[in-house]
Amino acid sequence: MIETRATDDMEPVEDFRARARAFLEATMPPLGDGWNDRSDERRDRERELQALLWQGGFAGICFPKEYGGLGLSQEHQRAFTAESTPYDMPFSLNVPTLGILAATLVEFGTHDQKLRYLPGILRGEELWVQFLSEPSGGSDLAGCLTRADRDGDVFMLNGSKIWSSAAYASDYAMCLARTNWDVPKHRGLTMFIMKIHQPGVTVEQIRQVDGTLEFCQEFFDDVQIPASDVVGEIDDGWTVASRLLVHERLAVGGGSPYTSGASFGHDGSGTDTTILDAAQEAGTTRDPHVRQLLAEAHVRQMVGGQLVKRVTEGMASGALPPPAGSVIKLFGATNVMRRSEIGLEIAGAGVVAWPADSPGVAGDLGRASLSRQGVSLGGGSNEIQRNIIRERLLGRPREAAADRDIPYRDVRRGGSAS
Amino acid sequence: MELQLSEEQDAFASTTRRFLAAECPTTAVRALEHEAAGFDRAVWAQGAALGGTSLLVPESLGGGCFSEHGLSDLVLAAEEMGRVLAAGPLVPVNVVAEAIAHHGSEEQHQRVLPGLLDGSAVAAWCGPAPVRATRDGESLVLSGRCSTVEAGAQADHLLVTALVDDQPTQVLLPADTPGVLVTPLDGLDLVRRFADIDISATVGPEAVVGAVGDAGPAIEHQGHIACVLQCAETVGAMDRVFEMTLEYLGDRYSFGRPLSSYQALKHRMADDKMHLESCHAIATAAARAVAQGSPDADEVVNAAKVWIGPHATELVQDCIQLHGGIGVTWEHDLHLYLRRVTVNRATYGTPEEHAERIARHLTGVTA
Ligand SMILES: Cc1cc2nc3c(=O)[nH]c(=O)nc-3n(C[C@H](O)[C@H](O)[C@H](O)COP(=O)(O)OP(=O)(O)OC[C@H]3O[C@@H](n4cnc5c(N)ncnc54)[C@H](O)[C@@H]3O)c2cc1C
Repeated sequence: MIETRATDDMEPVEDFRARARAFLEATMPPLGDGWNDRSDERRDRERELQALLWQGGFAGICFPKEYGGLGLSQEHQRAFTAESTPYDMPFSLNVPTLGILAATLVEFGTHDQKLRYLPGILRGEELWVQFLSEPSGGSDLAGCLTRADRDGDVFMLNGSKIWSSAAYASDYAMCLARTNWDVPKHRGLTMFIMKIHQPGVTVEQIRQVDGTLEFCQEFFDDVQIPASDVVGEIDDGWTVASRLLVHERLAVGGGSPYTSGASFGHDGSGTDTTILDAAQEAGTTRDPHVRQLLAEAHVRQMVGGQLVKRVTEGMASGALPPPAGSVIKLFGATNVMRRSEIGLEIAGAGVVAWPADSPGVAGDLGRASLSRQGVSLGGGSNEIQRNIIRERLLGRPREAAADRDIPYRDVRRGGSAS
Repeated sequence: MELQLSEEQDAFASTTRRFLAAECPTTAVRALEHEAAGFDRAVWAQGAALGGTSLLVPESLGGGCFSEHGLSDLVLAAEEMGRVLAAGPLVPVNVVAEAIAHHGSEEQHQRVLPGLLDGSAVAAWCGPAPVRATRDGESLVLSGRCSTVEAGAQADHLLVTALVDDQPTQVLLPADTPGVLVTPLDGLDLVRRFADIDISATVGPEAVVGAVGDAGPAIEHQGHIACVLQCAETVGAMDRVFEMTLEYLGDRYSFGRPLSSYQALKHRMADDKMHLESCHAIATAAARAVAQGSPDADEVVNAAKVWIGPHATELVQDCIQLHGGIGVTWEHDLHLYLRRVTVNRATYGTPEEHAERIARHLTGVTA
């Protein structure tokens, strides 16, 4: 359990903040262009940045001390994040490696698993990804078809996973697979730690709308995983997956205690320069309509920051149940949609064409809008978050399901589930 | 509302809730529709006795609060009042009491505070928009109009902003000052009364609150308090409407299923819940920022006004839609809530005006 507030046996938050400020200033490069690149060079750079945090004694602020972390509270982590905004940080390590997968390992891993994997993660040596979605569907995660058959001390995996971001450049995955076909779908799943680059795993990159090749599909052909790499209990992978998804919603929403520094530009400060820059580029900052839009975009950031604070504090104190994480995931995604819309409106015709290799702020906003729905899909779609809010947070009827209480081998599957 | 309250705050909130449930059900709001005052003075005095008008006044002057900042306590009452739409001049009385307590003379303290604190007197805050003032020896000659002043016709005291030599100054006038003409207005809310106040009067130096020309920061702070209380009230109203709708959708059936089981409606309620939580979050942040005197108080208050106003009307309208035909009847309470949040959206600054203040801050230029 992570402390939300500093306790007496911890370094006082303000002392920690002062130390962090001095360390960051002395060590971390200033935030420049390219922090948002999805390139391999950038990924290597982020491993180095994480190593700098580790060497300076600032990696894993809320991780347990015995596994290489600092064992401090979320207050310390927030102070560090606030101080880190002017600097280049290992942003993409935060999600999913630290905020989702390492967080799940802290919760469910055995002592040996944690000793073995967490320090490497905190040193920036290992990137982790999630092998959850499959070609047959991602929303109905418990309906996954990848199979794991036990053979003595190992499991043999066969099947395919898809949409795993940057798997080709990563080291380990948490992979959900079916170990029992004779029970209803939620009761026959197991979560595995899988080394990505090993015999039997083929990784193919998929081109996304923005031209990047980050998305991957993996094919498993008799992949061997030792039984010691099962996370949680055999056939109880759904419990692990459900908690993983809670960590994911928090992390993607910007409220994870396990990240260091801002993730995906969520720093709660509400500053947003891109949209303002676009208005300046277009010369419309005095236009009353544009001013209303600029204010709306800014207010959305501010409200988002306050909502994350409210929900994460509420979840930590028990005032709100875990499904409340879906509120910030949904808010974050709808914010991206609306802010993208505002960006397009302000950029105007600037999104259409630009001098060779100089898209300017307007061109960047236009291109970013092409993949804006990604945020509303990754980590569970908006529709699924709405189901969760209504059914689990507000506690009202579950959707009718045609697969309840039926052995999974007898459940009907769609056309793409071959 | 804050998710975690201190014991004292929790006790205050539940006492207030019990009192309001007993004395201020929505039937009482309906009964007050044709009463000129729009609220019941006896009930108001009882609310005052519970602390409803004294939390922003220091103990030495007869007030006092439960936590470090009285405003953090008072927003709890405002939110509870919003839940039942309790009638009464909460915003103007508290804003004026705070102003007089912190900036008024001893004579003003003695003359005005006891009545406001025990609920026997009412004050109106005429807002930041100034009337003109010229000096005539020691006196000030005031002229101008204060528009749409909450509780203007019910007030015994008026706190008016005037420009003296172009500098913001506040004066406190007895409502029966010769030359003050109060015109009650009709309006959207069944019980919240507004009035236009025309002033053509000469007042002595004893009417000035604080120093002449020095009221700028105090006026800004008053505006912040008004917005924070109003936002808390609106969020309380939203919370109650959402709760009613959730219950209704569970009880009502179509095609052999409860309405709450239809995914299209479930998703609407999920979105409404998200907006409700976001309004709670920014209202709480604004209350904290103003209570603690943070440097970003103005920005957070503006953000709260920009965000909450339109989301409140949208949420209530959506809940009306989800109720079906009964939602647009006089009989159902929903319209009482819609009236209140629509009025709140446009008082103490519209969302657009507050957005413009944010834009000025962001761009560094004016429109
Ligand atoms: C940028 C990005 C990164 C991602 N990274 C990863 C990753 O690292 N690892 C990983 O495993 N996956 C990842 N995903 C996959 C993601 O989790 C899935 O895309 C998502 O869960 C939806 O699954 P699907 O694509 O199969 O769509 P489907 O499940 O087929 O859904 C299609 C549409 O139907 C809607 N829908 C489905 N079921 C319901 C229902 N019951 N009620 C209402 N509407 C419904 C969905 O909301 C969606 O709009 C990523 C996706 C994106 C976009």
